[in-house]
Formats: sequence, C-alpha cells, structure tokens
Amino acid sequence: MLKQITVTVNGAQHTAEVEPRLLLVHLIREVLNLTGTHIGCDTSSCGACTILLDGKSVKSCTMLAVQANGKSITTIEGMIQDGQLHPLQEGFKENHALHCGFCTPGMIMRASELLANNPNPTEEEIRWGISGNLCRCTGYNNIVKAIEYAGAKMRGEETASTEPQFV
Amino acid sequence: MGHSMKRKEDARFIQGKGHYVDDIKLPGMLYMDIVRSPYAYAKIKNIDSEAALKVPGVVAVVTGRDLEKYNLHWMPTLMSDTQMVLPTDTVMYQAQEVAAVIATSRYAARDGREAVKVEYEPMKPVMDPYKSLSPDAPVLRSDKPGKKDNHIWHWEVGDKDKTAQVFANADVVVKEQMYIPRIHVASIETCGCVADYDKVNNHLTMYMTTQAPHAIRTVIALVAGHVGLTEEKIRVISPDIGGGFGGKVPVYPGYVIAIAVSFLVGAPVKWIEDRSENLQADSFARDYHITAELAGTKEGKILATRFKVLADHGYTDAAANPSKFPTGMFSIATGSYDYGTAYMEADAVYTNKPPGGVAYRCSFRVTEAVHAIERITDRFALEIGKDPAELRMENFIKKEDFPWKSPTGWTYDSGDYVAGLQKAMDAIDYHGLRKEQAEKRAKGELMGIGISTFTEIVGAGPSKDFDILGIKMFDSAEIRVHPTGKAIARFGTKSQGQGHETTYAQIIAEELGIPAEHIQVEEGDTDTAPYGLGTYASRSTPTAGAAAAMAARKLRDKARKIAAYLLEVSEADLEWEPGKFSVKGAPEKSKTIQEIVFAAYTNHPQGMEAGFEATHYYDPPNLTFPSGAYICVVDIDKETGGIHVRRFVAIDDCGHIINPMIVQGQVHGGLTQGIAPAMYEELIYDEAGNILNGTLMDYLVPTAVESPRWETGHVVTPSPHHPIGAKGVGESPTVGAPPAIANAIVDALSPYGITHLDIPITPFKVWKALKDKGAI
Ligand code: FES
Ligand code: FES
Repeated sequence: MLKQITVTVNGAQHTAEVEPRLLLVHLIREVLNLTGTHIGCDTSSCGACTILLDGKSVKSCTMLAVQANGKSITTIEGMIQDGQLHPLQEGFKENHALHCGFCTPGMIMRASELLANNPNPTEEEIRWGISGNLCRCTGYNNIVKAIEYAGAKMRGEETASTEPQFV
Repeated sequence: MGHSMKRKEDARFIQGKGHYVDDIKLPGMLYMDIVRSPYAYAKIKNIDSEAALKVPGVVAVVTGRDLEKYNLHWMPTLMSDTQMVLPTDTVMYQAQEVAAVIATSRYAARDGREAVKVEYEPMKPVMDPYKSLSPDAPVLRSDKPGKKDNHIWHWEVGDKDKTAQVFANADVVVKEQMYIPRIHVASIETCGCVADYDKVNNHLTMYMTTQAPHAIRTVIALVAGHVGLTEEKIRVISPDIGGGFGGKVPVYPGYVIAIAVSFLVGAPVKWIEDRSENLQADSFARDYHITAELAGTKEGKILATRFKVLADHGYTDAAANPSKFPTGMFSIATGSYDYGTAYMEADAVYTNKPPGGVAYRCSFRVTEAVHAIERITDRFALEIGKDPAELRMENFIKKEDFPWKSPTGWTYDSGDYVAGLQKAMDAIDYHGLRKEQAEKRAKGELMGIGISTFTEIVGAGPSKDFDILGIKMFDSAEIRVHPTGKAIARFGTKSQGQGHETTYAQIIAEELGIPAEHIQVEEGDTDTAPYGLGTYASRSTPTAGAAAAMAARKLRDKARKIAAYLLEVSEADLEWEPGKFSVKGAPEKSKTIQEIVFAAYTNHPQGMEAGFEATHYYDPPNLTFPSGAYICVVDIDKETGGIHVRRFVAIDDCGHIINPMIVQGQVHGGLTQGIAPAMYEELIYDEAGNILNGTLMDYLVPTAVESPRWETGHVVTPSPHHPIGAKGVGESPTVGAPPAIANAIVDALSPYGITHLDIPITPFKVWKALKDKGAI
C-alpha cells in the first residue's frame, strides 16, 4: 500500500508515493536522486546519511520517509547558495578535512546544526558534537579545524591559517 | 619540500557530487541481496526458493548448484588458493554467501532473501588455530583431494642455527607471546558493484569498489573466459571509492555472483552489501599469533631476534600478498636496529572463520612485524632496566650505514633514525615527561610513555620478486598534453581518498612546468588507463608516482628537441628551468613548454613523431623504506583502568614530500587507524563460530572523541633510487602507532610487574592486569 507524502527538499517541493517502510535515506537517494547523502551502516552508527530535518540534524537511515511528510529537508546539495560554498564546505576544502569524501556530506550537515546551536564551540565540544559521525580516513584533526574555520567565518571573524602545522 | 596545494578532487565531494558505486543507476537495473549462513560450519541439506520466488519483484534465486552448471561456483584467491562463490553442499564460516536473490528493487530483494528457506546440518567448527593443527581436528578443506590436515603453508627466513647459537650464549633473553587480533578495515563505504552485461555485444561493464581495477579485469577474464568473457570484452570501472585500506583489493563472491547473474539475465545487477555483511564476511586483517624472542647483552645491545608466527587465515588463504611472500613483508621484523642475526618462521592454518588476510592500511603484514619488534625491544629495555629511548638510540642503524642489508635479506634505502627519534623526544619533552612520571609513580599514579621507532617497507615492487597471480608489480602513467598545453594523465592505480588527482598533477607539474591546475588526472577505467596493479600497500607514489615523473621526463626530452629546432640551436645549448628551455648564455632566447607543445602539433621537426604524449611503466629497482619515530603519553585511572592518551607525537620520514598537507592528512588518518586496533577494535568469535561484534554498534571504530589531537612532523631522507626521492606514507602511522600506544600503557603498568598486554588494550584488560598483580 503506497502512501503519498510531500516534502520540501533544498527549497523545492516534492510529492511522492512511497511504501510506508521506505527509509528516508532511500527517498532522498533513490526517489529524489540526491546521491550526496550516503549510507555507511545499518545500525544508525556512522552518520554518513545525516541531513537537516526542519533544521535539526538527523540520521536519515533511522527515519521513515513517511515521518518526513510535510517537513523541510536540507541535504548537502542544498548547502551551496547562489553559487557560494557554505563556510563549512569551504572550511573542509581549505583544511583538508576530507580524503575519500564519503563521510563528508554527513559531517558537514551535522556540523551545520552544531554551529547553529553553538556558534563558537571549543575543540572538545566539536569532538563530542560530531561523535555520531564516523570518518575512517582523516583522523578528525582537520575536521575539527574545518569546523573551527567555518565557525570563525560565520561569526565574521578572521579565519586561522589553513597551512598544515608541524612540530 | 613540496607545496600544500589544496586538493583538486574536493570540489565534488564537498558538494555531494562524488560518484560512488551505489550512486549508479542504470535503466532496467536489478538488485541483488545475499542469503548468508547463520552457522560457521554446516552441511546444506536443502535450499527452498519457492516462497522467495513468489515475493513480488523477485526475478530469480541463484544457488551454488545453478553456478555449478557454468563452472562458476568456485574462484581462485589472490594467493592461488580456492574459494567458493556459492556453496553446493557445505558452508565454512558464519555469514558465508549461500544464495543470491535478484529482484526489481532493493526492498524486494531483501524480502526475497528473508523468504529463502535453507536447511542446514550444523557441525562443530574449528575456531582456534592451534587446535586446528591438532591431529584430531576435522580436515576442513576436504574439497582438496588428498588434503589430510588444516595446515596451509610453512615459511621461514634467516639463519636458524646461528640464531639459536646467539640465543644460547646471550646474557639476556626475553620472550613474549603476542596476539595481533583479527580486525576489519571498515571503510565507511562498504563494497558493492553494478555488473552490466550487454548480450548483444557480449560485453561486460563492471562498476565496482576496487583498489585494483586492472588486476580485477584480468581475474574476471581468468574466471569467466570459458563462458566467452575474454579480457577485451570486460571493462572495469572503479568510480569514487569511499575508503579502501586493503579491504577493496580482493574479489568477493558477491561481485562474481552479480556478474554471473547479469550474464544470465542480460540486465544490469547492483549489489551493495550492508555494513554488517561487510564486517562479518569481507576480508579481515592481521590475526597473527606471534612468539617473539630477543637476545641481547646486559648493556643493551640487541644481538638477535626470533619470531614464530601462527597465522589464522580462516576458511581459505585469501590474503592479498605478492605471490612469493605468503607472510607478506613480515620479514621486516628486524626493524630499525643494527644486528646481524634473525630467524623467522610462520605457519598458516585453516579455521571456520571468514577468509582474508588483507591489509588494514598496512603494507603486507608490516604492522604485525613492527608490533613484534617494537614490543619485544621495549620488553628488553624493561628487563635490563634501561631507558627505551636510549636503548633504541644505541641500537639504531646509523645514517651512514645505508644502504643497509638486513639479516632477512632486505636492502634498506635510506633513513636517519637518530634524527627522527631526537626530534620526537624534543617535541614532546621526553626527559621532562620521565621526570613527571617518576614523581607520579612515587605517588602511586599511573603514567606511561611509549616509543615506537619503526621501519616500513613499501612500494611493491621490483619485478624480479614481486607479482600478484604472475603479474609483475610495476605501475604506470600515461601523459597526453593537448595542443594548448593542458594535459590529461592516466594511471594504473586508484585513489580511495589519497588525493592522487592532486599529488600526481603536482609531480607532473614539477617535472614539466605545466601548472598542476591544468593537469587532469584520471584513474580507475580499464578502457582508458594504462595497466597497473592498483593502490594499496603505500605503493602509488613509489610506483605510479615514479612512472609519472619518468613519463614527464620522456616528454621533456622531446620538448628539448623541439625547442632546439624552434630556437635553431643544438640540444646541448639549451637549459631547462621549470616551464621553459632557454639558450645557455642568452636567456632571452627561450621557448615555454606551452609554445613547445603547440609546436608539437603545428610545427614539429620533420622526421619526428607529431603529438606530445608519453607512457611509462615503472619497475622499481628496490622497495622504499619509510620510517617513523612516535612517542605516546598515557594517563591511566588505576581504579577503572581507563586510558587517556594525553599526547602523541609522530615524526615520519617518507622521503621527499610532494604535498605536505596531503602527507599530514594521511598521517592523521593512519594514526587514528593505529589507535583503533591498539585500544578498540577486534573481531571476536565464540566457540560455536558466532561473531560477537559484527556490527558498528559493537565493533568500535574510533570517533573524534577517542581520537587524540595528533601532533606530526618529519625528517626527510630522500629515497636514493626513486626518481623524485619519495617513499610513500599512507600506512606508516597505522603500522607505527599501535606499539607506541601499547608500550606507553605497559610502561605505565610496569611498576606492578606487568610486561605485556595484547592489543586492543581496553580498560577492562588494564584493570584486570592490575587486579591480578594485586595492585588494586
Ligand atoms: S547510514 Fe550509518 S547512520 Fe545512517
Ligand atoms: S574522508 Fe573517508 S570516511 Fe571521512
């Protein structure tokens, strides 16, 4: 039995007939073809599927599409505005905060809510704040740096050097 | 030192425009799901597909019996062992593939999977590799005619008798039994493929998560050539890969089944494993039981080492080592130290665990070797009461002794171990820490400092010794420069996040003077890229990176000829500086590389081939030997066993550095994959063969909280035999970090008589060790 839902994704409204059991991540990836949102696990552990749902970061593998009915979703594809990268996108690139890029969309979406709630987080707060998102490649140092960079930029402050620091 | 150019590939990844295998959608594409065995060892009595076939959307259920008709039910492993694609009568490990369900959607395939009924007759599995060798153990590989036990191979290197003699006469002998546990790479993207067989043209396009697309094409041709899929009919495309670390080198049954099904039904078939399948069935890493011994003098001179390994390979030897090296590069286990005598032996056995023996961000078993030597060296220091830094300093191979011949037959290219350790000690204030530690010890507090000064062995490898399934381990680069002076370069390797699109462009830019921004790098399509063995074992920069430099140099030679022609001088009168040739003594008379390239298409000398392209297949003369000096400081809570990594300094020597930012990023990531097995990760099985932590809920991949803030630096001793002096770096930190952490923890606990703990060292292990020693 299919159910009709309407969701706003990155500002555009979509109506779809979906199976009640369809996961939100599959709606996004396979029905709406927004493949920037990734799947890295089957236990809500990795955060690769993180999106914003009415401004809150959620793991879209952990929700049904029907639960998103009437809600507004932002995915990584919606972060670029008027051709301008979001400060987090810029921060990730400038600080080499990604290797394979598979965790990156989820990390960025999670970090965007983190910064919305806490515009000037400490390193410790950032680390705990992204602890629901796994990255297997980068060792997290530069992800922390990227989020600090974006925070500074969003606060209108000078951003720190993005050159690698060595002992 | 190179330039920290920002990565070219990032633009697509930060915008969600990466193109990974699960993003591929083809018209008419079917989805495959796999029925897996709940038992570690069982006879299959019956597979009933009837209910599954009635599930809406299910088009087929494929079993081993179906594949048997086409002789596709078995496949070779990279180590020339054999592996079932789908079983016809016996399952050999939990989560083994039993049948495949093909359907029109992902969900229907899963429904079908749930509806397949398999009747098993469980048998008692062999889970302990030592018991597997006992005479009364059942012979697991009864499919092999004449096989009478579970032993796979024996390997040894070094001088057994001389080593025994040194041990017999030594003042001090230390010995520890170590287990390097079974772990899993757990790249955040799992494995998968889309097999697209086109019946009309008898052509297969295989999109798959592979680190070695060319080798895979050859393997597919070897497996499926007999049904008409010969190598020119196969195109393997490795799209963006979400992390590999060695886990995407092997050919998994799922890939082969997808190809077989696409071939039989004539439609594209997608198979994407889920995380639990990935952890439970895909190749594991490590699983070495090591008896490590060291003989030395009371003063602290290392005289000899002896290592005995028992390798648990699971159901088949599906390791990914060069053919002649069943234990990979384990024989690097004499480490960074100058002594003349060593002996190593290893035996491999079958058990009822999943097959594998791949890397985990490590060059062919180097991590196991480094753990053994670095732990036993610390054990020796503890035994004679000598500072482990001082002991290492005194035993290091000296900078002037390179190239250095190791007692197990390697020729180390270059290094400066003293400088590395000194730099690490200065950065972390080693002596200050030792003072602090003494004060803390006096108060009964637990603080530990651990060192690891390791030598890696990467860049496989020279064709005289290195091959996989007979294919030599060269790698390749092809550069085409377009008339307007912009280039495309293609390689036999395949990035999984290492940043090849940037690094290779930088190498070519440095050699040819074309800006890196104007060099497009492409990998992963066997129809367009030159043949190569792929990316793993830190081999890309040592092999394909070298090939890039060599191909660029061929082009520079051609450019010189064209410049001489254009400037009407002899070649010898020309001088090269990056980007142009000018006439010696008359620098105003010059031609830029762009002008020269344009001439190669518009005005080339008569008798010369037009165009501006070069290909190079680089066969390295030797391996490269990156090294590192790592120091870790831990604080331990005596009451709970909780371990806090306070600081970690990593000084790496990967030779000439092309992009310091990328190198540092690799080191950060590798360090987190070093702390992972040191403190968190292990695949655990019970006696009945069940995996106890086969999901990401309980297999503990470190988050940003567990991962310390890494401090990194380097010393640089260029590789003398590599065209640009680079050595490779992706894996050094994963190799070097675990013993630094283990040594730090044992150092903290050593006042209570604790001399060794196996990794992963968890709070519980620490607490228990302290309890057992009566310390709490
Ligand atoms: S896919 Fe892993 S948390 Fe959603
Ligand atoms: S960049 Fe590969 S998982 Fe984070």
